[in-house]
Amino acid sequence: MREFTRRHPVWTVVLFILAAVLLWMIFAVWPKWLVELIGKKKVFLNAVFNGITLGGLYFLVASGFTLIFGLMRNVNLAHGSLYLLGGYIGYEVAALTGYWILAFPVAFILVGLLGMFLQFFVFRKMQGEDLRQTLVTIGISIVLADLMLWIWGGDFYNISAPEVLNGPLKTFFVTAVKSSGEPVFMKYPMVRIVIFLASVALGIGIWILLNRTRIGMLIRAGVDDGDMLSAMGTRIQTVFLGVFAFGAGLAGVAGVVGGTFQSIAPGEDIRFLLASLVVVIVGGMGSIPGAAIGALLIGLAEQLGSVYAPTYSVVLTFLIMVLVLAFRPQGLMGRA
Amino acid sequence: MTMISEMEKNRQERSWLEKIPAAYWILGILLLIMPGVAGDFILFQIFGWGFILGIIALSLMFLAGYGGMVSLVQMTVAGSAGYMIAIFGVSAIENISLGWPWYLAIPLALAIATLFGTLAGWLAVRTEGIYTIMITLAIASAFFYFTRQNYVIFNGFSGFNGVLPPNLFGVDWRQPAAFYYLTLFWAVLAYGTVIYVSRSPFGLVLQGIRDNPRRMSALGYNVVAHRVAAYAFAAFLAAIGGILLTWQSAQISPGTAGIGPVIDILVITVIGGMRHPIGPFIGALIYVVLKTFALDALVAIGLSGERFQLLIGIGFLAIVFWSSDGVLGIWNHWQQARKRDPLLDRGGSTP
Repeated sequence: MREFTRRHPVWTVVLFILAAVLLWMIFAVWPKWLVELIGKKKVFLNAVFNGITLGGLYFLVASGFTLIFGLMRNVNLAHGSLYLLGGYIGYEVAALTGYWILAFPVAFILVGLLGMFLQFFVFRKMQGEDLRQTLVTIGISIVLADLMLWIWGGDFYNISAPEVLNGPLKTFFVTAVKSSGEPVFMKYPMVRIVIFLASVALGIGIWILLNRTRIGMLIRAGVDDGDMLSAMGTRIQTVFLGVFAFGAGLAGVAGVVGGTFQSIAPGEDIRFLLASLVVVIVGGMGSIPGAAIGALLIGLAEQLGSVYAPTYSVVLTFLIMVLVLAFRPQGLMGRA
Repeated sequence: MTMISEMEKNRQERSWLEKIPAAYWILGILLLIMPGVAGDFILFQIFGWGFILGIIALSLMFLAGYGGMVSLVQMTVAGSAGYMIAIFGVSAIENISLGWPWYLAIPLALAIATLFGTLAGWLAVRTEGIYTIMITLAIASAFFYFTRQNYVIFNGFSGFNGVLPPNLFGVDWRQPAAFYYLTLFWAVLAYGTVIYVSRSPFGLVLQGIRDNPRRMSALGYNVVAHRVAAYAFAAFLAAIGGILLTWQSAQISPGTAGIGPVIDILVITVIGGMRHPIGPFIGALIYVVLKTFALDALVAIGLSGERFQLLIGIGFLAIVFWSSDGVLGIWNHWQQARKRDPLLDRGGSTP
């Protein structure tokens, strides 16, 4: 951080001003001219919150993708299918047992097992063959998508959260002031906030796992130089298997979250695969903080874009990607 | 002595017509007399569509086979050409289509699509290998979502219909036989051009870059410029395919260049094989035949016809899992095996 400020003083100032403006827009009561210019603060705050929570969901999907890519250089284009499968499994479990919370571990374990299966029977055989991996995983995603369509049909499924989490939560953000001088506070769906906090906790957990534990040390060493790590006696295939299972399991959990947030249906697999691709390209391949920043940026861009420039929200996302590629091809947090 | 020199002379004097291998003659005559044998549906739906998809897949084969760049943006370039022809030319959506004559609309559509493909390539060549696939996939999906959301220029979800080829020389080019010859002409031209370019200095440099970019760079070749030029050439091919595709279905909509078709072009190219320009056409014919008849076949054996996608997926998976070189690879393998010397246990031609 300090090095960044030293090397790019101008950019630091620009970023600082942007952050200050954003914070002011979130916390201050908007003056009249601003409301006239871009509409009510409530709309803006809602878009920001939606963007941040969507970013949390994107982070869940993309972190698994980036972890797998960072360690094994495996390109898993079936990651979106794992997400969708997790969503369907979560729906079935929640519907069968009636416990929403139970959907998470079951989806994590089952999708993680499928990931292990993929790593053991598919990726291990084609280590380092980028193109073949890509093609094979595209094939797998076509097959999985059709199998899921066969089993669950083309309907929309929604995983309903428990009663406790339903309903809005009154936040301390003031959206407007009534004529009597009484502030109006923003209300936001409880379940989204809970899930967002959980994904932040998970992100911090992954960071601690990677940076403070022995397993994390092994994984980081594997990212830097897998050959040397295996030469030093680590069973690198076991590490690979574990990381793949973990990454796939994260996609499964994200599927349950996505099913609660929005809904799951055929086609969502490709949507989330693309989202994680863009997030990972923007954030930098193989970097967990990068995935977090990328997910936040893309989520915010998508939601703010869909409110203020409905036709061009996709283009906005794409523009971010192009700009990052043009000036920093390795991604924001990626290493050259 | 004189006889030998005469033979030498003969060999040198063989005209270019004689140099064409016999297989080409047979295939050429078969393709030319096809309208006399096959029905309208076969001509228009199987061969016409197959040639068009073949041309678009050929542009991917050129990039992937000779340049080592797997670009998923080719179908999108084709789609953009189709959109341009609908916007500049005549379509049923009269409030958007400008209705310009074909001699303006077609070159403009080709130029804009080529420009678009070149720009996409310029972005994609900043990266390598798998990154290229991801970035081109992201561009393709951005195009898809953009055309679906934009109603001012691209007419959103429904796109354009009633996009017909011009009545040039008094021929209705959407008649099956006429359309067959139209697509055959462009397919042969594209095929010949790719063969020619692959043997030209530019093509050889491109193949050199595919094998070792650093060495080519050290030899003084501009790697990035060659790659971008390859994208431009491939985009031009794809644009031709896109215009034909739009004429074939008489409509263009976001779904034409959606994620599914984008992946399909990759599937076609891989199934056919990326080593030789004939591969994409073989792949396209297999794909079209499967897509047209698999439904009936699946229903006939008692399965639901909706499982077509599963069939394609498993077939694709099997091919890429066991032979990454598609049908051409299997053919080569079989030929090698036939020529195998039982004593040396080696292929005939390879040392």
